[in-house]
Amino acid sequence: MAAGHAHPLYRAGDSVVHRLPAHVKIVGAFVFVLAVVATPREAFAVFGLQFLLLVGVWVAGRIPPGWLAARALIEAPFVVLAVLLPFFAVGPRVEWWGMSLSVDGLLAGWNILVKGTLGVLVSVTLAATTPLRDLVSGLSRLRVPAMVCVIATLMLRYLEVIAAEARRMRLARISRGHDPRFAWQLGATVRSVGALFLRSYERGERVHLAMLSRGYTGTMPAFTSASASTATWAAALLPAGAAVLLAVSGYWVR
Amino acid sequence: MREKERSGARPSTPPPSLEVSGLAFAYPDGHQALFGVDLRIERGERVALLGPNGAGKTTLVLHLNGVHRAGAGAVRVGGLEVAREHLQEIRRRVGIVFQDPDDQLFMPTVRDDVAFGPANFGVTEPDLSRRVADALGAVGMAAHADRSPMHLSGGQRRRVALATVLACDPEILVLDEPSTHLDPVARRELAEVLLGLDRTMLMVTHDLPYALQLCPRSVVIDGGVVVADAPTREILADPGLLAAHRLELPFGFAVS
Repeated sequence: MAAGHAHPLYRAGDSVVHRLPAHVKIVGAFVFVLAVVATPREAFAVFGLQFLLLVGVWVAGRIPPGWLAARALIEAPFVVLAVLLPFFAVGPRVEWWGMSLSVDGLLAGWNILVKGTLGVLVSVTLAATTPLRDLVSGLSRLRVPAMVCVIATLMLRYLEVIAAEARRMRLARISRGHDPRFAWQLGATVRSVGALFLRSYERGERVHLAMLSRGYTGTMPAFTSASASTATWAAALLPAGAAVLLAVSGYWVR
Repeated sequence: MREKERSGARPSTPPPSLEVSGLAFAYPDGHQALFGVDLRIERGERVALLGPNGAGKTTLVLHLNGVHRAGAGAVRVGGLEVAREHLQEIRRRVGIVFQDPDDQLFMPTVRDDVAFGPANFGVTEPDLSRRVADALGAVGMAAHADRSPMHLSGGQRRRVALATVLACDPEILVLDEPSTHLDPVARRELAEVLLGLDRTMLMVTHDLPYALQLCPRSVVIDGGVVVADAPTREILADPGLLAAHRLELPFGFAVS
């Protein structure tokens, strides 16, 4: 719909995946993630096939794997936990390269790693093919409470404003010789976070005032977003449906 | 109609766009900001509201659309009294352009933002799209309808903020410091847009040359009362009056 609202996770394009209505994609991504989570952790092959399904979506959406990988790095902190588990979990242990690893910990780590990775990849895929404003209008089409959508809309817009403000404050700090590498100078950073909070709060009040002045009474006017035909739904839910079938089959093959 | 007018019958003349009479207001903490303000702006007039910081300018503006309620006195917009019963109609009639466009523009795209006001006031498609297009056209921003306000320059943002209010078709346009943070070219472009609008306008400003350029009449407010109400040129040519109320022309300027 609109090309204007770029965000770092969005990759402008005009593929089949990009053109799907947002609410359909949200449902598809949600079901896919549920399927991944419900898959038993020992069903190794199923995860591989689910990954292949995602690869299919990337091909259709023309998203290069390197681009995705860079954005999936957000997962890294969780990976650390997954890597630590085999060392510290209790239960029967195996020897591997001279290290004693817990079998249960290995499986638990693998569980976090594979489900987390697939989940993040699904989310990144959704974000890569859907502009933010469409995500919000898609959510409101899925009958997410209007107030939640208003909050999301405002957050999308003001996150950028507040980030710009934080950048300016940081610039002003470092121009006066502030070097936050040293622990004793951390105080200034902390205080400017506090100032930023207060400023954002005051801005919130001004924004509300400006909204009231244009007739806001607590409900957002409904802006139209495209509806989807049964055929669109069927096509869009194909990968998610396949993932569900795979998850179910996982209970037999393990 | 004509005959009536000539015979002096009152109903045929349109009510003034803004009529403030005996307006007094104290904040809940007891600080009294306005002590009986009288102000009448006829339809089509462009008036500058001048005064030092803390004079009560913003307080007055927030009375015009019912954010603050008068402690005493009354405000009428196009003949309609500002009161709880018709607050929504009052807010349609009074279009406030706030000082910081980032406070006013909160939607992901310019188009959605301009549609926000009229949609709240019950305008529906296809009228809504036409209103948005007209308002953006009037400020010369039609080509940017699908962009995010974040990606516009300061001057463009200011003009979009103006469009969001124009789209509501207000009886009176209220501008709070319209020229702040604008470079000289953007400042001039905004002036050209405002002069081309042909609407009743109340402009709150510290920018005295801008007041002179845009508003034939100026009202000076200080200490919560109107201290001067005269043609802008006369006010700016009175150094004693300016000095008494912390007003000052920029260096090198003189108005005779």
